[in-house]
Amino acid sequence: MSMPLTASIDNVQQMMLSPSGLGMQDLEQVLSTIMRHDVDYADLYFQSSRFESWTLEDGIVTDGVHSVEQGVGARAVSGEKSGFAYSDEIALPALQEAATAARAIARQGQDKQVKAWTRSQGHNLYLPTDPLGSLGDQAKIDLLELLDREARKLDPRVKQVTASLAGGYDVVLLLATDGTHAADVRPLVRLNVSVIVEQDGRREQGSSGGGCRRDYQYFIDEERGLGYAREAVRQALINLDAKEAPAGTMQVVLGSGWPGVLLHEAIGHGLEGDFNRKGTSAFSGRVGERVGSDLCTVVDDGTLEHRRGSLNIDDEGVPSENTVLIEKGVLKGYMQDKLNARLMGVASTGNGRRESYAHLPMPRMTNTYMLPGQHAPEEIIASVKNGLYAVNFGGGQVDITSGKFVFSASEAYMIENGKVTYPVKGATLIGNGPDVLQRVTMVGDDLALDAGVGTCGKEGQSVPVGVGQPTLLIDGLTVGGTSV
Amino acid sequence: MSGDIAKARDIVKDKASLESIAAQVLQLVKGQGATAAEVALSEESGLSVNVRLGEVETIEFNKDKGIGVTVYFDQRKGTASTADFSTAALEDAVRAACSIAKFTAEDPYAGLADAERMATEIPDLDLYYPWGVSPDTAIELAKECEDAARSYDAQISNSEGASLSSHEGTRVYANSHGFSGGYSTSRHSMSCSVIVEDDNGMQRDYWYSVARDRHDLEAAAEIGKKTAIRTLQRLGGRRVDTCKVPVLFAADVAGSLVSHMISAIRGGNLYRKSSFLLDKLGEQIFPEFVHIHEQPHMKKVLGSAPYDSEGVATYARDLVRDGVLQGYVLDSYSARKLGMESTGNSGGVHNVLIEPGALDQQGLLREMGTGLLVTELLGMGVNTVTGDYSRGAAGFWVENGEIVYPVDEITIASNLSDMFMQLQAVGSDVDRRGNIKTGSLLIDAMTIAGT
Repeated sequence: MSMPLTASIDNVQQMMLSPSGLGMQDLEQVLSTIMRHDVDYADLYFQSSRFESWTLEDGIVTDGVHSVEQGVGARAVSGEKSGFAYSDEIALPALQEAATAARAIARQGQDKQVKAWTRSQGHNLYLPTDPLGSLGDQAKIDLLELLDREARKLDPRVKQVTASLAGGYDVVLLLATDGTHAADVRPLVRLNVSVIVEQDGRREQGSSGGGCRRDYQYFIDEERGLGYAREAVRQALINLDAKEAPAGTMQVVLGSGWPGVLLHEAIGHGLEGDFNRKGTSAFSGRVGERVGSDLCTVVDDGTLEHRRGSLNIDDEGVPSENTVLIEKGVLKGYMQDKLNARLMGVASTGNGRRESYAHLPMPRMTNTYMLPGQHAPEEIIASVKNGLYAVNFGGGQVDITSGKFVFSASEAYMIENGKVTYPVKGATLIGNGPDVLQRVTMVGDDLALDAGVGTCGKEGQSVPVGVGQPTLLIDGLTVGGTSV
Repeated sequence: MSGDIAKARDIVKDKASLESIAAQVLQLVKGQGATAAEVALSEESGLSVNVRLGEVETIEFNKDKGIGVTVYFDQRKGTASTADFSTAALEDAVRAACSIAKFTAEDPYAGLADAERMATEIPDLDLYYPWGVSPDTAIELAKECEDAARSYDAQISNSEGASLSSHEGTRVYANSHGFSGGYSTSRHSMSCSVIVEDDNGMQRDYWYSVARDRHDLEAAAEIGKKTAIRTLQRLGGRRVDTCKVPVLFAADVAGSLVSHMISAIRGGNLYRKSSFLLDKLGEQIFPEFVHIHEQPHMKKVLGSAPYDSEGVATYARDLVRDGVLQGYVLDSYSARKLGMESTGNSGGVHNVLIEPGALDQQGLLREMGTGLLVTELLGMGVNTVTGDYSRGAAGFWVENGEIVYPVDEITIASNLSDMFMQLQAVGSDVDRRGNIKTGSLLIDAMTIAGT
């Protein structure tokens, strides 16, 4: 596959359409076919992507995987209804067939016009580079082997090291009956290290990693890759000393950065437009109401340069935005895609995302984080008499409707009389989304975003996201340990 | 409408044409000088509809295909995949896989499964019952399902809708031992989810049915009714005081406990020493009354498969007998690393059944006396390395064998090794929908974190 050197619409179009001889007039005609039914909106989403991953275990790179995928999705929207079909062939007959299937959502109706194309100028948040070719294959292997040696060198208790390097190159082209004509070229890289340590028959694990919309050089610069290996070993060794976590409701201090997964689960999902249009979110109908203490301002920001969750345009061709969700504790608005925005009488916030051409778009987060406050993190910890300090987490989950969320700590400590005392084993924290931000009593001045490994799942679709926050004190959260 | 649809759905290639593509790819690999290779292909098509508040919300036509090729140059391995079956794309994929194999390390354990383990007879497991349901019929059924839920009780205030999906597909696997096999499967499902509301907020629950043959699906109205009953029961949920009590996992969530055991006896986790069940083969991991079987050849069942994803014949066996661990879950690679034999589990287990006991859920509640009935689990707080377990939960507080009130926003915690040994009883109320089939499981004591 030949790759465009710049992300211009012309280049992407040339690459995507010319092999099958498709022209703009063909695509216009396909969209017109859909509009012969009683349809409000229709779009075509072309995608061509390449992905690779290399995996090291037991000191050697044993496997490499390369995959290519391309196709086109055709969607027709009529009121609250969506019809959708796709094809892995980018060719006129397949497109027509998908369009005909998608329009079945609506009856035959007035023939509506496709609006004149308006080229939407997205952001320029990342370069249209192909990360797969940014490093020779041998150099990729050397990098993984270097991390393995580093982890083992750090401590003799390190018994297992697994590391993986992955890169993706995703090219999309979008045409819609509202005149949208847009393209994006999205690089994405990720590096993960996981270790098992053993001492006196006890085994624990630690893991770390990072990623962004750049190329592999990112992991070599500033020894970032080595940093992940060191961090994984540090976490695993701490867990060797961890005692049983407490059970019950107590003060919880959340560290900065990745613990922002709390905001993603507890708040973010509940503020996605689809759930709120349907009235199925615990936050439905609450715009303008207080949902947090006045220390809390939360945004979803797809416009950060090179970030894993960032997008020049979303998957409906709308430039991503920095959307204020909660300002000083008051709910300001929801994250919207085109369909839900139209039905709720607002504008899309550039949050329409989809896993691939074979999936329907829906409102999704990009990079979700809380803005910094006034307190030094040390002050926050010092204010706690008896509580938990959770600095690293695994995954989380939320029930949008009841607002109940959980997330699991992978590194946590007890705080006693204002001092961090000893590490405790991974405990699950559980709370209620509309309630938890009201209990935020201190916010740190140390806003950090995560290292770039987050993946969010919704209705079976995965998309890369970012999270972040400063250190926070939550006055009363249930900690699910074993020690009563 | 129906005319459009037939065209969009009529694309599944037959087994023979997929096998000929597989043969073509193996030939291409040979031309590149590889010493061994394997190819997996699949093609699937289907329809999903979602209906909400009596109106159609989405109609999706699914049509997916893909091919994955793994090549070996002696002990070096490379893998590539594509969704494009054109000769040029297949050649690209083979070249990509071969190029990767130039860089990966010599791995003494790499390679195809042993030739003598290839399935020689491929039993027909009765897995293919295509439906060909039209969108109109699918919509009608989903409407009937949602209507049954919404009309069940006036307290049902909102709905996430009802869905029907029907998929069928064909998979083929071939390798350079000369093995080439394939078969078609179908899968149909219907689900519903509704919402109730009171002063304390909203609660949601769901129910679903899934089957190879649409005639084995629960009736649409029955799914709707169960959804309504399950959701209504959750009204008024509250937290409980932090305590240590017995916990009964309802059958539809109890399967997750068995799946944690399976994950801990998988070859990959064993050779990486990432398992709390390391070196437990032949040891007591459950009480003596516990027997767990793997039955890959059950007819018409979702988890069945005649051979695994390396062509190794699957076979019925005991995973746990009298509480003692009888075998691991191995593919050929992890088996070689552990100095053992493949158990035909490349790609996973096939129908795991924990032998049911005499008591149904009601009986188990009486046996438990006072404790927690768990009907929903939330989050991922399970550590396979240490067995540490801490998950969000919802369910019911039970006193003297009777449900007293619904419970939510709590966590339950223990360690899986302890939980397995503290298993008190297996229910007779087996949930047969999933790949793991178990009745409700009663665990002696867990820590509940609440207020």
